[in-house]
Amino acid sequence: MNKNKELKDFTAVIEQCVKCGVCQAHCPTYQADKREGSVARGKIALAGALIDGQTELDEGVQRDITMCLMCGSCVAKCPSKVPTHEIVGAIRRQVTDNQGLSLIGKTVSTLLPRRKLLNVLTKSGALVSPLLLKKVPETSGLRLRIPSPMMKGRTVPKTPLTNLFDRVKEFSPGDGEKPTIGFFAGCAITYLYPEIGVSLVGILNKLGYSVYLPRTQGCCGIPALSSGNGALVEQLAERNADSFANPDLKYIITACGSCNSGIGEYYQSMKMDLEQFTSRVIDLSVFLQQEGLYERLVETEPWQQPLRVTYHDPCHLKSQGITKEPRELLKALPNVDFVEMEHADTCCGLGGTFSVHHYETSKKIGSRKLRGIEESGASLIATACPGCIMQLQDVINHQSLKVRAVHLLELLEQALGEEPVGG
Amino acid sequence: MNEQLYQELAEIVGTENISRADADRITHSYDATQEQHLPDAVVYAESTEMVSQVVKFANKHTIPLLPRGAGSGFTGGTLPIKGGIVLVLTRMDNILEIDSENLTAIVEPGVITAQLQREVERLGLFYPPDPASKEFSTMGGNVAECAGGPRCVKYGVTRDYLLGLEVVTPQGEIITTGGQTIKNVVGYDLTRLIAGSEGTLGIITKIILKLLPKPEAKKTMLVFFKSIDGAAQSVSDIVGAKIIPTTLEFMDRATINCIRGKSEIEIPRSCQAILIIEVDGDREVLDRDVERILDAIADNDIIETTIAESDEESERIWQVRRVVSPSLKQLNPDKFNEDIVVPRSKVPDMIRALEQIADTYQVPIVNFGHAGDGNIHVNAMVDLRDEGMDEKIQKVMDDIFNAAIDLGGSISGEHGIGTSKAKYLSYELNQQTIGCMKAIKSALDPQNILNPGKIFRDQEGA
Repeated sequence: MNKNKELKDFTAVIEQCVKCGVCQAHCPTYQADKREGSVARGKIALAGALIDGQTELDEGVQRDITMCLMCGSCVAKCPSKVPTHEIVGAIRRQVTDNQGLSLIGKTVSTLLPRRKLLNVLTKSGALVSPLLLKKVPETSGLRLRIPSPMMKGRTVPKTPLTNLFDRVKEFSPGDGEKPTIGFFAGCAITYLYPEIGVSLVGILNKLGYSVYLPRTQGCCGIPALSSGNGALVEQLAERNADSFANPDLKYIITACGSCNSGIGEYYQSMKMDLEQFTSRVIDLSVFLQQEGLYERLVETEPWQQPLRVTYHDPCHLKSQGITKEPRELLKALPNVDFVEMEHADTCCGLGGTFSVHHYETSKKIGSRKLRGIEESGASLIATACPGCIMQLQDVINHQSLKVRAVHLLELLEQALGEEPVGG
Repeated sequence: MNEQLYQELAEIVGTENISRADADRITHSYDATQEQHLPDAVVYAESTEMVSQVVKFANKHTIPLLPRGAGSGFTGGTLPIKGGIVLVLTRMDNILEIDSENLTAIVEPGVITAQLQREVERLGLFYPPDPASKEFSTMGGNVAECAGGPRCVKYGVTRDYLLGLEVVTPQGEIITTGGQTIKNVVGYDLTRLIAGSEGTLGIITKIILKLLPKPEAKKTMLVFFKSIDGAAQSVSDIVGAKIIPTTLEFMDRATINCIRGKSEIEIPRSCQAILIIEVDGDREVLDRDVERILDAIADNDIIETTIAESDEESERIWQVRRVVSPSLKQLNPDKFNEDIVVPRSKVPDMIRALEQIADTYQVPIVNFGHAGDGNIHVNAMVDLRDEGMDEKIQKVMDDIFNAAIDLGGSISGEHGIGTSKAKYLSYELNQQTIGCMKAIKSALDPQNILNPGKIFRDQEGA
């Protein structure tokens, strides 16, 4: 049985769209190409037309349905809260059901039946190499996001020799008093930016928490969702819920905005009972604030020459209302001189598989951030999502700015002056 | 439009700028009225020259042509009710010039209003018109509909900021109106003719705007009243005290009932009307203005006054106003939204008349809007599935428009006529006046190509 919602399940919410056009002000894709078919209102109209039989899933409709980052920016500002990103997901799954996966989606699906999951390591070289791509798990969203042979000029991080699972034990004990936290790392942190994961584990241990990093965890499913692979999303949801089934894990922490939204938000919308799992999912900045870390940080002596840092809102945190916590963290850090920038909350343009299909539009969306970054005078742009880090650095490099995109955790680790565990 | 004509048009505009796929016809078939009329083809304009050629093509083959910006209008201005070509101008979206010395700007029609405002404010300048849709509506659409907004009380509407235009006439000629100077009396004032012409007299391809220096600061007040008369009297008293606030927004009892418990600021039980008053200007005069306003309205049934001391507090006050629109649907699913306007002093009479109409027909009518300029947003909330509601709501609308006109007002302050108010045009204008307008239309557009079926109900007779 299909555990993802189908298009017809959205019939009533589609009717809630009053065609006001507010979404135009918040849709990164629309702002890049100024076409009604790219904006939420247009897609909702198409979804309604599909349900009514006014049109079929022809080439034109499919093209418009690909023009969505599934960032949820429109939903957050919609007076009727129509969940366009979910509707787009449902239509993409319908496309897949009718015609099979797109070229990109096939990379994953053909390998799926082997069910050889995880624990395959990237040993050397760059991820751009097709040979190496084979070594990333079949279900990993990275395959959907960065099938790089087709993307000239794209900045991707150097693939580390060892991944997160090599560097961090499955169980890292804390002080024994504080509870154990489950760590959902996600593909980008596990394979591309393991140092972010190492930082988080080290920080949590230092604060007294034990950390459990189950080896069985898989991709959150956002890239599969984005490419219309509903079956894979189901499989991943089940797998991840199993991996963190132990009720002693007080929270399931994430350091990736997209993963947080995938396992915390999207799973809730599925026709599965994952409440036990989703209710424990928490973003690291929310968790650390809740645990009183920020108050302690504020009391530490500020650095004489702090780093000027600005912040980029990952869509998948912004759409969940997590905008203050990361900023509070930056403001509390003794090594940071936080400065707000113009367009801090506009999308970086990566958007799941979007930048693979529409790299030019993706770059155009990302380039809207440049003026703000430059004018802020920051040397670092911090964010809380590895996907954003990769995309922002790409956009920054194309402009030859001397700015580095970093994860919040890198700055926090620096402030705490702690050698990361196992690093 | 047959295959041959489509190909001919594709040759003019380039295949990348034209489509007749289902997806494009559907996504260019509606606006904020939620009505749907499918066009035959959709063209995305790249330049004035292209616009001109498309208009000439439409004339040559007698095909209706609809200019379209954001498609956020409330009266059907961009609906292709007779099919034809929708010509989208969103991609002509460059700010061509901002002149800090002469306080002018030149923009293309696809520029978003709020985007222009942010850019000029970076330079310490100010473009005041602020329609509720400013974050997504286009400047071309703002000019074509002569958009207003809350700040109009003090600053006036879109037409008051127009110095000149570049327009493609309904026969495809490229003309320029006005110029870059404040003073200009050469020939007829075609700029003002085009402003508010709803895309029936020409397609705006360039806009020359007047700018102001940006006010240094602003101050926001929230006042709860025991009676609507208290609020209305306050509007008169403020203006009587020789202060023109930037905005003077009011909410009536029906509105307050909808939003109770939805805003951070709690609304007292006894509150029957709310005014949000904002003043702007030099920092040193603002406190004095606030004091004078509070003095002027002190005897008017006030329950409580809140003065924002920070941007955050100001934001909390405006949130009270912003929760209104989304909260209306709780009353009934179907909204009939009109924007009548009456002389400032007649606002209480109009509100009483609206309460009477609501009572007579037993239909909830929620009223809020720009008390400072008498522009009231009237929202009759009904369920069209109820038997006889279609007829009933027509009677309600008739009564509302007649009441506004009887009080010396007008049937539309800022939304325009389009299709939704076309049948009420004769309520306000006599036959000679309508005849004069139609004469202008047929002189400029003899074949009735450009946005046919709008403003005038019987376009064929034009």
